[in-house]
Amino acid sequence: MNDQVNKGVENFLMLLALLILAWLLWSGIYKLLLLGLGAFSCLLCFYIAYRIGFFKRASGLRLIPSLPKYWFALLIDIIKSSIDVAKIVLNPKLPISPVVVEIDAMSKGSIGHAILGNAITLSPGTVTLDVHNGRLRVHCLTRKSADELLAGEINRRTSLLTHD
Amino acid sequence: MLLDILSWILLCLGGGFVLVGGIGALRMPNFYTRMHAASLTDSTGSILIVVGVMCQAGLSLATIKLLTILIFLLLTGPTATYALANAALLSGMKPQADTDEGRSSS
Repeated sequence: MNDQVNKGVENFLMLLALLILAWLLWSGIYKLLLLGLGAFSCLLCFYIAYRIGFFKRASGLRLIPSLPKYWFALLIDIIKSSIDVAKIVLNPKLPISPVVVEIDAMSKGSIGHAILGNAITLSPGTVTLDVHNGRLRVHCLTRKSADELLAGEINRRTSLLTHD
Repeated sequence: MLLDILSWILLCLGGGFVLVGGIGALRMPNFYTRMHAASLTDSTGSILIVVGVMCQAGLSLATIKLLTILIFLLLTGPTATYALANAALLSGMKPQADTDEGRSSS
């Protein structure tokens, strides 16, 4: 019970910091009217967040500090696989070998599954078709991309992100 | 000057990737494979172009806004792709590929 309250307070403070930062950076004009409007829209956001049960469970906001490192690794992945896919598209023979593979997400919880699924979709050559009970069905453009996915590097990275 | 050159390189590369993505979407044989080509435009194209524009904007609030736009694009793009792919799968469109369960990892 106490733990749950703590989680709620933590979520509340992080959301507050994020919203204030966003509002201040958006306009760059610091007049009383605009700050008042900002406070009002923050309140509205909190009401909506409360309605969807945001403060009841652990949220993805606590992942923010470790996200840049994850994004950087993902960026390198995206660049590498983009070059691969571009080469395939421009090859006159169009050497594709589509294959559907299923992998189990190493991270528990819906946030980890969502991040993993979207990361897989984001890198060209692999598209997540279905997520069900932590099992992801992924369509791969080539055998090579399927093998890379099955090697589990991205899976391991995502579970590291959501667990520390 | 150096920033201008870098920005031009990024913008041209981004445009090139968008073009290749478009060509790919036309050349690929079926729905699911076309989607792979489209994701080339979606992720790499948008990253390169927005970072190129950020180089033009320099250190200002505009750069932060562009960065935020990029993050929102990269968060919503795969969600839309997933919705499309999952809708196709649920409506019974079989991916024409060899599904080999034996190779799946655990």
